[in-house]
Amino acid sequence: MGIIKTKNVVYEYIRRDEDGNVEGITKAVDDVNLDINQGDFIAILGHNGSGKSTLAKHLNAILNPTEGTVWVDGMDTNDESQLWNIRQTAGMVFQNPDNQIIGQVVEEDVGFGPENIGVPTKEIWERVEESLRAVGMYQFRKHSPNKLSGGQKQRVSIAGVLAMHPKCIVLDEPTAMLDPNGRKEVIRAIRGLNDVEGVTVILITHYMEEIIHADKVFVMDQGKIAMEGTPREIFSQVEKLKNLRLDVPQITLLAYELQKKGILLPDGILTIKEFIQALHL
Amino acid sequence: MSLILDHVNYVYGDDTPLAVKALDDICLTIPDGQFIGIIGHTGSGKSTLMQHLNGLLKASDGSIYFNGEDIYDKDYDMKKLRSKVGLVFQYPEHQLFEVDVFTDVCFGPKNLGLDQREVELRAYDALRKVGLPDELFYQSPFDLSGGQKRRVAIAGVLAMKPEVLILDEPTAGLDPRGRDEILGQIKKLQTETGMTILLVSHSMEDVAEYVDRIIVMNKGKVMYDDEPKKVFRHYKELEEVGLAAPQVTYIMHALKEKGLNVDVDATTIEEATRQIYKALTE
Repeated sequence: MGIIKTKNVVYEYIRRDEDGNVEGITKAVDDVNLDINQGDFIAILGHNGSGKSTLAKHLNAILNPTEGTVWVDGMDTNDESQLWNIRQTAGMVFQNPDNQIIGQVVEEDVGFGPENIGVPTKEIWERVEESLRAVGMYQFRKHSPNKLSGGQKQRVSIAGVLAMHPKCIVLDEPTAMLDPNGRKEVIRAIRGLNDVEGVTVILITHYMEEIIHADKVFVMDQGKIAMEGTPREIFSQVEKLKNLRLDVPQITLLAYELQKKGILLPDGILTIKEFIQALHL
Repeated sequence: MSLILDHVNYVYGDDTPLAVKALDDICLTIPDGQFIGIIGHTGSGKSTLMQHLNGLLKASDGSIYFNGEDIYDKDYDMKKLRSKVGLVFQYPEHQLFEVDVFTDVCFGPKNLGLDQREVELRAYDALRKVGLPDELFYQSPFDLSGGQKRRVAIAGVLAMKPEVLILDEPTAGLDPRGRDEILGQIKKLQTETGMTILLVSHSMEDVAEYVDRIIVMNKGKVMYDDEPKKVFRHYKELEEVGLAAPQVTYIMHALKEKGLNVDVDATTIEEATRQIYKALTE
């Protein structure tokens, strides 16, 4: 069994009117089966309302499935006695860094998690240092988080999760509010965690360029997994993605447009380098 | 006429040791009907600048003229300015609060003291302009999708009939189709009504695709102010200040370096496709 496994997971929201009467039921997640290996970089795509955030919240027991089962490192998320172990194993980073930072000083913020689970003081400081180094924020450890840029704040949030020594990090649109540089910094930090530290990464995003290095991509639609495959397999299907309100990286789109005009190019070009090679320049 | 900023300065936390100069000697002319993109990294002064344009912040020094009148004049009607220069904040859907979409959009014009008929006409018109389907008008705004909610919030500002519309990252958090839909509607609004649009964005691709003019902010100053092609020629300098050029710009430069005869000024997929096709088939 992988680090994260879901079997026939269904999640239903009950919609109620003002008097509390049931108006209807929305299936936000509908029969999802995942099996994610330790150390993988997984991307989840899908339009607004496709169910990706709801699914993500199942991966560390913020939500529990209406039907089916979720296992995190072998632990059933319905087992309340394992709740803290589950949350420690699978950490979560959200969209807005301002909602996730509580400390007055960067290093205090990062130490908050380990302190709460009773890690000895000396080890807390070691964890804070290694986490901040892993995201390239060590030189800011004495700064106030308020004075940092969006990308820096988001990296502090990631360090805070990392200090819990998770095996897996779920990131729900961590770059949606950032400027281009901030996006680059955060993606670089996430890739570093995966490559160097071997942390399993599950990245939810609306930016197609961010996931060309992923091991596997899942595309969600109406609560179901609509497509799955490597980035190249997924991004080769330009029209299908567009119908799902998504897109492909710009270089992929450019190659696709040239293909349509009769230029001989392979499907699913992901980088400028591949593009230049394919054109034999 | 429209908006003129004359040597505008703004200092946060003046007379404290932490004083920060957020706007530094800004001089800009924003004529009627332009679609302008404002780019800059977090903290470059974009939002501070926007908040000056409808009088939410008052310049520490300098003047702002709207349609020829000094907005800092003692008897200038600030309320009128705020209805003429509409500001759509980031995540505007967080400000929706009414029981249904239509009532929410009516809130603004109702506060202008217009009669009910005019209020409803304006609300209807605004919702049509953002392309929201009629059947959603009497739904709770909280039952809509992210993109739909955002369009309702924009309609709320449009119902004030502004001459200038300022949008602070209207596409943040939306899926790619949602991004295209919102920006497409805004572009249509600009061409059909001649409204002046200022779009604050972190997406260089969006800016390259839609705007006529780009203002680049850095450290409270205007770094560049020109048409998109010309601004993105400085892609190396833009990177130094935390920005970038559209991905197409990098592709074109890489191709040129490899000896393909393409115009590196192309910034959109459409232009790039045409250029590369021409160069390859010549």
